[in-house]
Amino acid sequence: MSSATSINIAILAMGGEGGGVLADWLVRIGESHGYLAQTTSVPGVSQRTGATIYYLELFPMSTRRGDERMPVLGLMPMPGDVDLVVASELMEAGRAIQRGLVTPDRTHLVASTHRVYSMTERTAPADGRVDAQSILKACNTAARKLTGFDMARLAEANRSVISSALLGAVAGSRALPFPREAYEAAIRADGVGVNASLAAFAAAYLAAEQPAGAEAARERQDAPAGPTNLPLPAGLSGEARAVAMLGAQRAADYQDEAYARDYLARLAPFVALAQPMGEAGQQLLAEVARQLALGMTYEDTVRVAELKIRDTRFDRVRSEIGAAPDQVVEIAEFMHPRLEEIADTMPAAVGRWMLRNGFAKALVTRLASRGRIVRTSSLRGFLLLYGVASLKRFRRGALRHDREMRFLAGWLDIVRQAAAIDASLAIGFARLRNLVKGYGDTSERGHAKYQAICSFMSGELRNPSAPAMLKTLIAAAEKDEAGAALHTEMERLRREIATADQGTTALQAG
Amino acid sequence: MAERSFKKEVELLRLGAGQEFKGEGILAVTKALLQSGVNYVAGYQGAPISHLVDVLSDASDILDELGIRFEMSANEATAAATLAASVNYPLRGAVTFKGAVGTNVASDALANLSSSGVTGGALIILGEDYGEGSSIMQERSHAYAMKSQIWLLDPRPNLPSIVRAVETGFALSEASHTPVMLELRIRACHVYGSFTARDNVRPAFTMQDARSSPRRATDRIVLPPASYQHEREKVEQRWPAAVKFIQDNRLNEIFDGEADDIGIIVQGGLYNTVMRALKTVGLADAFGETRVPVYVLNVTYPLVDPEVLGFCDGKRAVLLVEEGQPEFIEHAINTILRRAGAPTRCEGKGMLPLAGEYTGAVVKAGLVKFLQAWRPDLLPASAAAANAAVETAMALVAPNVQGRPPSFCTGCPERPIFAAIKLTERELGRHHISCDIGCHLFSALPPFEIGNTVMGYGLGGAGAAALASAEGKRAIAILGDGGFWHNGLVSSVGNAVFNKSDAVQIIIDNGYSAATGGQDIMSSEADNRQRATRNTIERAVRGVGVGWVRTISRTYDLRRMRDALREALLTATKGPKVIVARSECMLNRQRRERPLMNQRIKAGLRTVQERFGVDPDTCTGDHSCIRLSGCPSLTIAPNPDPLRREPVTKVMQSCVGCGLCGEVAHAAVLCPSFYRATIVSNPSRWDRLRAAIRNRLISALQRRMARSSAAGARA
Repeated sequence: MSSATSINIAILAMGGEGGGVLADWLVRIGESHGYLAQTTSVPGVSQRTGATIYYLELFPMSTRRGDERMPVLGLMPMPGDVDLVVASELMEAGRAIQRGLVTPDRTHLVASTHRVYSMTERTAPADGRVDAQSILKACNTAARKLTGFDMARLAEANRSVISSALLGAVAGSRALPFPREAYEAAIRADGVGVNASLAAFAAAYLAAEQPAGAEAARERQDAPAGPTNLPLPAGLSGEARAVAMLGAQRAADYQDEAYARDYLARLAPFVALAQPMGEAGQQLLAEVARQLALGMTYEDTVRVAELKIRDTRFDRVRSEIGAAPDQVVEIAEFMHPRLEEIADTMPAAVGRWMLRNGFAKALVTRLASRGRIVRTSSLRGFLLLYGVASLKRFRRGALRHDREMRFLAGWLDIVRQAAAIDASLAIGFARLRNLVKGYGDTSERGHAKYQAICSFMSGELRNPSAPAMLKTLIAAAEKDEAGAALHTEMERLRREIATADQGTTALQAG
Repeated sequence: MAERSFKKEVELLRLGAGQEFKGEGILAVTKALLQSGVNYVAGYQGAPISHLVDVLSDASDILDELGIRFEMSANEATAAATLAASVNYPLRGAVTFKGAVGTNVASDALANLSSSGVTGGALIILGEDYGEGSSIMQERSHAYAMKSQIWLLDPRPNLPSIVRAVETGFALSEASHTPVMLELRIRACHVYGSFTARDNVRPAFTMQDARSSPRRATDRIVLPPASYQHEREKVEQRWPAAVKFIQDNRLNEIFDGEADDIGIIVQGGLYNTVMRALKTVGLADAFGETRVPVYVLNVTYPLVDPEVLGFCDGKRAVLLVEEGQPEFIEHAINTILRRAGAPTRCEGKGMLPLAGEYTGAVVKAGLVKFLQAWRPDLLPASAAAANAAVETAMALVAPNVQGRPPSFCTGCPERPIFAAIKLTERELGRHHISCDIGCHLFSALPPFEIGNTVMGYGLGGAGAAALASAEGKRAIAILGDGGFWHNGLVSSVGNAVFNKSDAVQIIIDNGYSAATGGQDIMSSEADNRQRATRNTIERAVRGVGVGWVRTISRTYDLRRMRDALREALLTATKGPKVIVARSECMLNRQRRERPLMNQRIKAGLRTVQERFGVDPDTCTGDHSCIRLSGCPSLTIAPNPDPLRREPVTKVMQSCVGCGLCGEVAHAAVLCPSFYRATIVSNPSRWDRLRAAIRNRLISALQRRMARSSAAGARA
């Protein structure tokens, strides 16, 4: 029997990423170097953004036997029998591992480490992202060799698509026995977007040559907190101090310096409270500082208007859509102020009247029945939002402010009460405020969940498992929009508590 | 076909004798048809055989030269009935459609065709979309082959074998007066390979010949007593003739090996997978040289008894690798062995899973199990060893890998229809929703999760029939334009009229048979030289007697879409309510428009494009917008605000500016974070002047605001 064997390559990609193009390039390269190439896929799925696998086998015809018999090539990857896995994204690399295609004796894994989030991750009402670090660790464990970096960034920087960057990474990592020129010739032969493709190819080639291990694509760049001339409460340190500084700056930007002082004044009592609690106290302090800042800078119409018309925002839009300097860009906003938002902006008394008075209510509701498209880049639209933004000076007298401050006072009170019992319980209550966010219905649903959890917990504060309960309740509340998971979780906890109570009663009786 | 050109593929169809054909399996089949002197071809599109009809649609020159009639059939029943031309005349005909679903629709015609028997070769090319990513139920065409007694070819998945199967398929059909099915799995249809071409053949007996001197024979018509005679013919004449042909022409193959007390019997289509499994345990090489004998069934129905018995002779056990269930071949082989009193044991579904795709890993596991039971000495020690590193890695990824099913494309006009249904549900509560087959069925998946049942192509309305009475909440049925013309006009809409149904039927008209690759259908807007298009769905629906019809000509108008739906659900009008929701399939629209747009920009002409975006500083990371839209270009991104943890919503560069996210934000009163950017390339002088004036004034105001805000922050 002959010991000749093919080079087996699996490409895991999503529809529209050019996985098929990549496979075709590799076929062409193989064929031009004396290999018999076979490739196949299930393309119907890929067309519509689903995950799909392209599979290729390259057979060196130089190793053919004398008898004209052609090699039998496979149509799907066999675990343990794959030489090269190319993954267009980190979760797809994980999928290759899950399917057993990456084995330490054989497989070179070339993966872009950026994330394209799955629908499940996207639709979560809070943060549903999976743990990228674990996938990366698995890549390192399972592969014979790993070439991993953010290839999507390189593709985008060169105005190309990820397939060219993937090809560059394959070439640069010497995963296949072909010279660089062969890869470039394949790109050239396509005749479409050649220069951009070659640039992305070159960038990825260079990156893949670096021996450094893979790292996850950088997800976030925290802006360093700038200096503030406000006196921070004494006793703040570490993360809590950084967050408090950010919070004070946010409050000043949101309203004025007095508001920032107000923020710090509300935070101050917690510094003393946290002092004796050690590490947990610092965590509590940071969380309160964070949530208080977010709570005090609630998104009202004034804030939205102000953020929409800033010059920095105009610049950001241009760069986000990738507008060239010679292109004219117009920006239109989709806004839908309802009766509630309009009343909220009014002085508290007027606002309340508006919500009570039938005539005013009907009139405003009619006026606000449709969403409005405001062209911020036109003078008229800009002036409209400019006018709304300049209501800032009246904000402290507005109905919304009145309501928000009451809410925050109540929340701070609960956190304080909880802190007297247990630090982690207090951290939980500090985090609870985060359920209240967004606009309109979203905000109302958040308030409802917040209230439901507060009233559930009010009877259980002294329960030793209260911090754990609170944590699971918050997680459940963030699971779905309508609060079905929260409801189920509350039912479950109620049953648990009832059983525990019965147990205690039985013990006492015994 | 409207928006895609297959010119390159058409060129391959012109290759002559001795030239090398390099391309996909299904295209090789198309070429093989021309080499076989086919007179007519018909088909209904669907994965994985769409390419055959697509390429022929673009190949009218070649078809004309060879005198071939080509039809894009209304459905698979039409396609199968087209083969009637081969009953009386020596005309070779081929039809193609998806395996399981196609044979289901075509079964009436298939049964009658095989009863009558054929004079000219009749080939039915079936694309088996079985296993990974398939959107159809997992059934076997094999059952149809058996019940109608149509022979079933399942060739090895390489181009020369596939081409040979087409050519011998016609001959087998003619020799046995029986239609023949050629079954091709999805990967075989899409496999890229090569074969040596032959010249195309212009048939000697033409369609013209048939029409000018029609022949008939009463005994070929399915009517007693002829139909009783057909049944006897099938077993007494046609079956033996087929078996003889298969044997004489060696359609099945045996690869000998030294371990001859065991063997493997495999469907031709799975041969490569079996050989790879043998190779990984060191029992075969890359060229198919094997230590274990292998009997390849390139014809899986009928089986050739002497061949089976000959292969099994002297073997203690054979492993039968047969994908899908029920295990028809296993039953048949056991019957052959037992009737002959042969002692060989046939191991099949006892070693391999009863259901599911036979992937490499599955086949290898079954093979190892078989060898452990019958010849453990052949197995290397490493064959079953688990790898600790792989298992650690698998455990690490398990909780972090999520399914990524296909979904609506970026900018898909069907998405707003389902967003409208969701919004209506918020107001009027949930309704029973009967779905149909097509892209629109992605509504069943997150984020929409809409729909209760699917009963078949064009059967959305029919699936709601029992629930269509006038009391209480109305049921909703969904149909696509593809399904509507396939069968829905009669089975769903006509039926609803006749039975005074009260249900609401939404017919989604995207201008193409989109899910199968964007083919034109009766209501397509495109100009098509070969087909009659622009027959509107509204006219058809009114023609069968629907009184309440609303056509929404821009589905992205979410308010109108929602209002029409609300009206349909609440109106006092009796009888079926039909909403025709029309907007062009975005995939095909982009195929047409994007190159034109790029040309315009390159040529320096003023061009306006739209894109959407989200302001990260006003987005609070709740993602309601994603739950109501599900657009692939709408994603999440790390929050740039260090105070917030939730990822923000972000619009990717792939946005085509359909406008749905803005509409959703408005209609659902979500949040003010969405913006629409209008980008003017090569702006006119007026554009530039206006922008300059605006920018100056706006900049002045922005500076003023920054000053007063800074003053406030300092105050």
